Amino acid sequence: MRRLLVAKVYFDHNSTTALKPKVLDAMMPLLTSQHGNPASQHCFGRRAHEAIEQARRQVAAAVGAQASQIIFTASGTEANNFAITGIASNLAPAQILTSRIEHPCVTKPAMAMARRGWQANQVAVNAKCELDLQDLQTKLATPTHLVSVMLANNETGSIQEIKAVTALVGKQAYVHTDAVQALGKIAIDFNALGVHAMTISSHKIGGPLGAGALVLNKRIDIQPLLHGGGQEKGLRSGTENIAAIVGFGAACELATQELADFAQHTAALRTALEVGLSQLNAVIFAQQTVRLPNTSFFAFENINGETLVTALDQLGFAVASGSACSSASGEPSHVLLAMGVEADLAGAAIRVSFNRDNTLEQVHAFLHALKQALQKLRQMTAVAA
Amino acid sequence: MERMPIYLDYSATTPVDPRVAEKMIPYLTEQYGNPASRSHPYGWTAEKAVENAREEVAKLVNADPREIVWTSGATESNNLAIKGAANFYSEKGKHIITVATEHKAVIDPVRDLERLGFSATFLEPEANGLVDIEKFKAAIRPDTVLASVMFVNNEIGVIQDIEAIGHLCREHGVIFHVDAAQATGKVDIDLEKLPVDLMSFSAHKTYGPKGIGALYVRRKPRIRIEAQMHGGGHERGMRSGTLAPHQIVGMGEAFRIAREEMHAENERVRMLNHRLLAGLTSIEESYVNGDLDHRVPHNLNISFNYVEGESLIMAIKGIAVSSGSACTSASLEPSYVLRALGRSDELAHSSIRFSIGRFTTEADVDYTIQLLKDKIDKLRELSPLWEMFQDGVDISKVEWAEH
Repeated sequence: MRRLLVAKVYFDHNSTTALKPKVLDAMMPLLTSQHGNPASQHCFGRRAHEAIEQARRQVAAAVGAQASQIIFTASGTEANNFAITGIASNLAPAQILTSRIEHPCVTKPAMAMARRGWQANQVAVNAKCELDLQDLQTKLATPTHLVSVMLANNETGSIQEIKAVTALVGKQAYVHTDAVQALGKIAIDFNALGVHAMTISSHKIGGPLGAGALVLNKRIDIQPLLHGGGQEKGLRSGTENIAAIVGFGAACELATQELADFAQHTAALRTALEVGLSQLNAVIFAQQTVRLPNTSFFAFENINGETLVTALDQLGFAVASGSACSSASGEPSHVLLAMGVEADLAGAAIRVSFNRDNTLEQVHAFLHALKQALQKLRQMTAVAA
Repeated sequence: MERMPIYLDYSATTPVDPRVAEKMIPYLTEQYGNPASRSHPYGWTAEKAVENAREEVAKLVNADPREIVWTSGATESNNLAIKGAANFYSEKGKHIITVATEHKAVIDPVRDLERLGFSATFLEPEANGLVDIEKFKAAIRPDTVLASVMFVNNEIGVIQDIEAIGHLCREHGVIFHVDAAQATGKVDIDLEKLPVDLMSFSAHKTYGPKGIGALYVRRKPRIRIEAQMHGGGHERGMRSGTLAPHQIVGMGEAFRIAREEMHAENERVRMLNHRLLAGLTSIEESYVNGDLDHRVPHNLNISFNYVEGESLIMAIKGIAVSSGSACTSASLEPSYVLRALGRSDELAHSSIRFSIGRFTTEADVDYTIQLLKDKIDKLRELSPLWEMFQDGVDISKVEWAEH
């Protein structure tokens, strides 16, 4: 087995996380010997079809939904685009509300609907990264047909009160939630949330890249994003990515079994981390908010985030500055700006996200490395000044 | 465990080449970075692998790697090309030309555009499945903005004259999209010479994994498309969504193998197909669908008269073939492709698509010929229509009494 030369410790699991060995075992036959097209009538096809249906049941069970409510897509991004564009396309144009902390794959399709007569607006969050329900109520005074608020934020890990959102919205609009970061980290009950549609993704929970799903309330009328062979009840055409779907199913089943253990283990790591961070005078964002157990988002005054991430990488730790998707852009996190954090401090932000395989020893080693890196960077800054 | 039949359905999906699977697996295990992560080597390794694969895909079709956009498969590529280009250039006009025998992943997006105010011409091909260039030319209108013609048909394997159609499109300023899902590794594609603006590719029809495809978007002259999937701005904003490195690597390897081995492989497959053709056409009242010269060597589509299609499929369980394409085979409707060629419902109903490939052997072909001969004989023995035909009755002129 080849090994990577640097960054031996991986603390970037909210970006993507390693495939679980049991998931790979479930996928292997489909990557090698079993190659049917699920739409074919012969036994190669029937076996592929049955494999997909089993995965559909596994995914549904993980979120308290019925198998018939699961529409497989190629990613969370596709499922979010499908939800926003597909639901809005069947409704009369009105206001479409998202929040200021959504992933761009929710806000951008919402903005794209402006060309079809919709008015896209964003609900504010408070300094703790919680949705401002007052602001939501105010904005709902304008005729609104679709609302999308994420269940858990990818950067701060803050968990939103979706039940309060659906209660406020009432019958006025359909509600969608992006639960990509929540799946496998907290318990999800699709029906209890009261939403009409929910996005989930495989690769954030130890499944492979290449599979996601939209969980749909059966009463909802939605336009497909991809037209063609009529797979997924005509709602998502294209030959199914069977290996990835089977992996997604297996990962969902494992995540459900391991949920309590995951939460307990990563929360303990985070507590240890944040005790150490406080001693180093870090600013920890949304620390008092109900958060995902594995996520910590923080910054140091006058220390550039990118520089610190690079220094930590050389010391053997892979962490993120902001979210991976926007990490190429160099702009400060839109989530922190929405929380009212100063642009300079927002630009300094670093995200650590754990999984079950991380250890307390790694956290202590990380704090040690961080201390070293900070000292060095502060010396350099002092010299430059 | 049930014994698996001989697989002769390569046009539905191909097995993953073991060399491809081997390349993919490291990206499923220890190299699991998100290629968009710029802050650590997990991300960098993934990004490099993605770019190498992009080069391999570009090389097979002689394009620039910057012209290749990853998608989740040919269906998405077709949707992105058709809706993306039609919407971007809609001010030039709102008429689209395509062919009645295209894959549903082309026909349905065009139908969707019709609902949004576009108009479309669905050209009927000739009886051999090929598009008549003069008829194509006649269909071009001043407001024609886009044309979409598939390179190789999935059901009957015929190869369209993409170069001639492309030149016509260029002359008239029409954007030209080609669905090449069934063509890669089977016909030579040189996008430096071919006047094509957009071309769709799939991995799983060319011994790569399912769930990955690509769209070629020409740079010179530059073609623009409206993104259909918005988000993190991946693929230069044309297609957002986290890339799956293991699948991309698989597609790259599959296309590399295709580039290096296609000529030798196609010769071998051609010999097998000749053998299959000779064997099956020795059966009385059998009709090959689609032109025999302009055709990929992997495909043979034959109608057997006086045999009911579904009974035949049931009778030949020892081989895995399809009647019609996989995507529509769950419905019992006769193939719309064969009907567009002017085949009667009866003949369309009794047609079988044999598609062979990399792992098909001479023994598989011989077994298939013998199986078909035996089973068709048996089925015809039970058929009163066959008896009448043997007696010289012209079935089409029989007047059936109503009970």
